[in-house]
Amino acid sequence: MSTSAPSPAELDDFRREVADWFTANKPKDPGFLLPQSFMEVGTDEQFYFLRDWQKKIYEAGYLGMAWPKEYGGGGKPQALQDIVTREMVKQKLPFMTNTIGLNWAGPLILNMGTEEQKKAYIPGILSADDIWCQGFSEPDHGSDLGNAQLKATRDGNEFVLNGSKIWTSLGRHAKYMILLARTNPNTNNKYEGLSFFLIPMQIPGIEVQPIKKLTGEYGFNQTFFTDARISESCLIGKEGGGWAVAMATLAFERGAVGGQAGGHSMMSKHVSEVVALAKVARRNGKPAIEDPVIRDQLLQFIIEERSQALNGSRGRIKALNQERPGSLAMSGKLVGSEYQRRLNQFALSLQGSNAAYYVGDPLAYEGGLWQRSYFNAFSATIGGGTSEVQHNIIGERVLGLPKS
Amino acid sequence: MLDSNKKPTILFSDEQEQLLEVATNFCRDRFPMSETRKRIEAKEDLSKALWDEMAGLGWLGIAVPEEFGGSGLTLAEVVTVVEPMGEHLAGTPLVATTLAAQALLAAGTSAQKETWLPKICEGAIATLALSEPSGDWSLTSLEATATKSGDTLTLKGTKTFVSDAASADLVIASVSYEGKAALVLIEKTQLNNITREIVIDETRRSYRIELDGITVPASALLDISKTEAALAHIEQAACLLLSAEACGGTNGAINVIVEYLKTRKQFERYIGSYQALKHPTVDALLAMEAARSHLYYAATMFGEGIEGEIAVRMAKATSSSALAFASDRAIQFHGGFGFTYDCDAQLYRRRGIWCEAQFGDAAHHRAKLSDMLL
Repeated sequence: MSTSAPSPAELDDFRREVADWFTANKPKDPGFLLPQSFMEVGTDEQFYFLRDWQKKIYEAGYLGMAWPKEYGGGGKPQALQDIVTREMVKQKLPFMTNTIGLNWAGPLILNMGTEEQKKAYIPGILSADDIWCQGFSEPDHGSDLGNAQLKATRDGNEFVLNGSKIWTSLGRHAKYMILLARTNPNTNNKYEGLSFFLIPMQIPGIEVQPIKKLTGEYGFNQTFFTDARISESCLIGKEGGGWAVAMATLAFERGAVGGQAGGHSMMSKHVSEVVALAKVARRNGKPAIEDPVIRDQLLQFIIEERSQALNGSRGRIKALNQERPGSLAMSGKLVGSEYQRRLNQFALSLQGSNAAYYVGDPLAYEGGLWQRSYFNAFSATIGGGTSEVQHNIIGERVLGLPKS
Repeated sequence: MLDSNKKPTILFSDEQEQLLEVATNFCRDRFPMSETRKRIEAKEDLSKALWDEMAGLGWLGIAVPEEFGGSGLTLAEVVTVVEPMGEHLAGTPLVATTLAAQALLAAGTSAQKETWLPKICEGAIATLALSEPSGDWSLTSLEATATKSGDTLTLKGTKTFVSDAASADLVIASVSYEGKAALVLIEKTQLNNITREIVIDETRRSYRIELDGITVPASALLDISKTEAALAHIEQAACLLLSAEACGGTNGAINVIVEYLKTRKQFERYIGSYQALKHPTVDALLAMEAARSHLYYAATMFGEGIEGEIAVRMAKATSSSALAFASDRAIQFHGGFGFTYDCDAQLYRRRGIWCEAQFGDAAHHRAKLSDMLL
């Protein structure tokens, strides 16, 4: 996808150009609290604000820079897109809301899709005109993806969908869904009965029902399928070959193989923001940051946050991962998500009695951002396999402990 | 340093990779747990044959410049040797001798360096006498003194936790001299009153040295103008190497736990299948991985000013806590057997307490870091 590698000087020039562009074009405060990831988009005003922001960046040429030109990409080296992404994180700019399209569906279609599929889907993913959602999890099979039961029954050159998917973020706004469904319920191996589809959402028989989250907001949905009919051309990969496609998609999601359109998808909290909070918060008439117990707690978070960055660095050094090669890669989600949850929790306790305010109260610190962020942090400690399941997986696969 | 966009990077040299491999194999062969148990009971402090072998491998001169007979590498390479030794609870004078060489390099006069460093590289044992009965981790709060009269220094006071003093050819002691901290060389023949200490980590040979009555020539003083910086350097170096020992020790403790959890059955199930044991074992693994990442970053950054000091203190804090947790759980998870002297878990717990007690525990280093970072 990339042309000749840019020189260090060209990269530096580009870095400056990008920094200037974002400084000049960063969105104004919308006057309401923005979500921190696509999973948290709960209101129409949040959605339209974020969709317009993605469109603006795409039109400026800063998104999908390394995707092929013929499908609306920039046809440029990946290094340039990486610079843009880093700058967006650095300036704490809103994330790219069409996350499923940019990070999952897009790379999948570019890799495995037909020419028609690429032409039909890729441009809309980049411009955010076509929002994508994901249909993997089902109500009865939380983390057990291979056990998906939503039925796709062949009827001539169509499939008839029946069942339900859950946690479909952006489901109400989505034009398309990537869907894992069971085309054959009678295989010996549960994985062989699965197929992968790219389906339209606005068809008869599909109903999206919002789920009210613990935050009191919306963002997730449950999607019900009742005799919804789709064309067989919606298949990606072979009929019965859905598991391999799903695994390839998850590899894109984790960023393990590259190919993502770029732009950040999640605004994680950093300890530097909590340190800033500790300077404002008060304890016994003084800034909380002067309290020795709070200082010690802050240091524990600072050290932990650096641990994660350093684990990333050490993970790339083979000689320092000889004894248990999968350990760092397999534990990243557990460590990172639990860290976010506890960091947010600590940020609440720092606020003293004001920790009890919530989104909407004028005295809530930063509009109640931390209260909401603490609750939303559970989406990562639960989603993608709960922390408890992660402990089992690491114990069994990395340490070789007997199955629970 | 709190800038979340600056990604810290660990560097790992070919020399480190080779040394890590050699040392890992060496320790597996030479320090099986049966041998470590024998060393605890042994009358003599040192296995001469083993020490000569380590000297022969060049390990005593890894971080000594070539002009003094060393390899001219850095403490980052020493870390790769010390980490596997920590895993096997090896108790040798390697760390003590390395630190003494660092003291000489940091503040020794030319004559002192030329005399001692080549000997150390060939296998002479050297050690530092920094602690005192107060138990204060500060290296500059000193009660021991040196008083000059003519060309002679008269020493007074008590130094504690002097590793391997009975086998040492050279002791470098910290004393208060003319109101300031000073380092002074004491040769084997000048020591007249040393007592073996009873210490919690029985793999260690630790001594108390009474300085009263010892006189050394004034030329035994290390360069006074460099002593303050030297003590800071020694503290950093000691923390780095103790972190390596603790990281290795944590891995050893985890291996002891995992072995038992995979083989011991209760209520007709392997106890490792119980999440109440499995999950904290994974937590010990995560703590070890984090500490190891900090360790190799500290090795990468060692000597790089304030960033180097931050990295070392973080490594010491994380590795101390990781070993404390893993070894504490190792005792508990062995049930009744864990309460016995025969169970290896207690050896790791004892090592863990030693590592925390030497040169500052996790809370001490976090307190230092909070003054640097907040």
